[in-house]
Amino acid sequence: MTAGLDAYAPFVGRATIEELRLLGERLRGRRVQHINSTAVGGGVAEILNRLVPLLLELGINTRWDVIRGGDEFYAVTKAIHNALHGQPVTLSEHDVAVYRETTEQNLRTLALSDDIVFIHDPQPAGLIAGRAPGSHWIWRCHIDLSAPVPSVWEFLRPTVERYDAAVFSAPQFSRTLPIDQVLIAPSIDPLADKNRELDARTIESIVTSLGLDPGRPLVTQVSRFDRLKDPLGVIEAYRLAKKYNDCQLLLVGGSATDDPEGQAVLTECRDRAADDRDIHVVELPPTANIEINAVQRASTVLVQKSLREGFGLTVAEALWKAKPVIAGAVGGIPLQITHKYSGVLTHTIEGTAYWIKQLLNAPDFARHLGENGREHVRHNFLLTRHLRDYMLLFLYLGHLGQSVITLD
Amino acid sequence: MTPAMAPSPFRFWTRLTLTRLTGRRAADLAEFVEHLRTVPASVIFHHTHHFLVQHQHLSPEPPNDLAFWVTNVLQEDRLGERLAAIDTVQFPSLEDLRDRVVGVIDEYLETRQELRTAPPGEEFHFMDAISFTLPTGHQARTLAEFARELRQVTYGAIAYHLFESRLRVGSDDNDFSRWLERDLSEPELAAGVRKLDPYTYTMEGLRQRLLGLIELRLGTTAPRA
Repeated sequence: MTAGLDAYAPFVGRATIEELRLLGERLRGRRVQHINSTAVGGGVAEILNRLVPLLLELGINTRWDVIRGGDEFYAVTKAIHNALHGQPVTLSEHDVAVYRETTEQNLRTLALSDDIVFIHDPQPAGLIAGRAPGSHWIWRCHIDLSAPVPSVWEFLRPTVERYDAAVFSAPQFSRTLPIDQVLIAPSIDPLADKNRELDARTIESIVTSLGLDPGRPLVTQVSRFDRLKDPLGVIEAYRLAKKYNDCQLLLVGGSATDDPEGQAVLTECRDRAADDRDIHVVELPPTANIEINAVQRASTVLVQKSLREGFGLTVAEALWKAKPVIAGAVGGIPLQITHKYSGVLTHTIEGTAYWIKQLLNAPDFARHLGENGREHVRHNFLLTRHLRDYMLLFLYLGHLGQSVITLD
Repeated sequence: MTPAMAPSPFRFWTRLTLTRLTGRRAADLAEFVEHLRTVPASVIFHHTHHFLVQHQHLSPEPPNDLAFWVTNVLQEDRLGERLAAIDTVQFPSLEDLRDRVVGVIDEYLETRQELRTAPPGEEFHFMDAISFTLPTGHQARTLAEFARELRQVTYGAIAYHLFESRLRVGSDDNDFSRWLERDLSEPELAAGVRKLDPYTYTMEGLRQRLLGLIELRLGTTAPRA
């Protein structure tokens, strides 16, 4: 059972919920179809699982379909995904044929007759070929398109240009396109296990079970064991700070058993940490949301020292716990942190170490950053803002090109 | 004497915005000012106003996107300070505001031999505000009702009546002052609201300041919502 809209009023205020209902009234009965490539796992499915019931509650006739494809199709779309992220991948003629064939199969089985069709990411993008007259189509890109492999982007671009609008998570992720592009950041759910309030006993019990001392300062990075998250850089920064400040370091992330590269990074982290009992490298299952929530709440400082990042929603999760966050100024992180106001942005190991020391030694400033960060998330990165932006986009489709729209 | 009831109620509207990406970006001041000369006025509005709702807890700094980028990314502190000090409330239209912003940058560029370039990934991205305005269910006929509703409406509603209607919709006064003066015969209170520089408050601070003025006029401190 998922929470209804009113359950969000304590976080965003009743007037904000009223505004969502006002928008819903103007879209009542409109048929909206979301299409992505997976019903479970991944950020897109996670957000649709929450947004679709809320859109329905608001009277918007929303459904969610998932395309079907074989292993070969998903291997091709994974390659497209990586190429759009800038990894040196090319598509063979066979790859293109597989993509087109699966698109055709889905066009034969999916009913595409809704007023608005909302396509998520490249996998189902080709379905635009089945566009019904009078319908509006949106392409929602969750990928950083700032430096794609040109040949792969040129393969996808003509398809994207057939849409009415494209949605990106950060301005630098977008491309020059002849269609409208809007900025809609992802969001976190304050009611999810990862973010909801926890009592002090639960937090202490989880922290203790992980071998941490709840009485001493704790610096934590929550992330996959991935080189782009620079966990080894975090260890170096901790060591520099540790010369002057007593503290513990926790590197905690999802299990890396099916990812050889991740396993190698995890092993390196453990090797690097072996001589310091205050460094804790912890692997948790993907379902350990309450544990992640607890360690974030128990931490004195949270770090997200990414070298490359998508939107980096772990930053919003950390800020929501009113914690001072030190993060790499990459991807969507600068949208979440205004340097020295709602957190700290760094570019180097030394800079990260400097700020760990500063924040451990200046708890009032650290608290101020954390409080600002929580307010910033409250107004910009909660699920209700995401819901509002999607409804505004649906309304905008009837007013393309306009800048002031009056909804009497 | 203050009329007990206005002939027509004040209906609170709200303003919600969707951010449109323009695809324009600038890495140095020359590119920055060139785009500022040619972008639609709604882009100027976005970068001088969206922070008021989005970064409300950060007020009084940073003052606007333009000054923030110039100061924090290009580290052109003098120019950043001048852009921050532009008295937005004085400008009757977005074109006048644009002229002032461009003029300040042009003047500064005349004194600069070399331009600093933003580090990769920290370029300025020009964005556009698509504004949706719609009536809320909140309305008031008396000053006390006005105060009661003002406590409940969103920041978007306050922003709409104080900023949006004047600069983007083209009214020559803010909506609150106009109604207070014309419909409630409260010229002094209207003038007090008009005199506020809304750009130097957080949205919540602005709400409380407005309520303070009204409560003073009512001669009572009404219970807070």
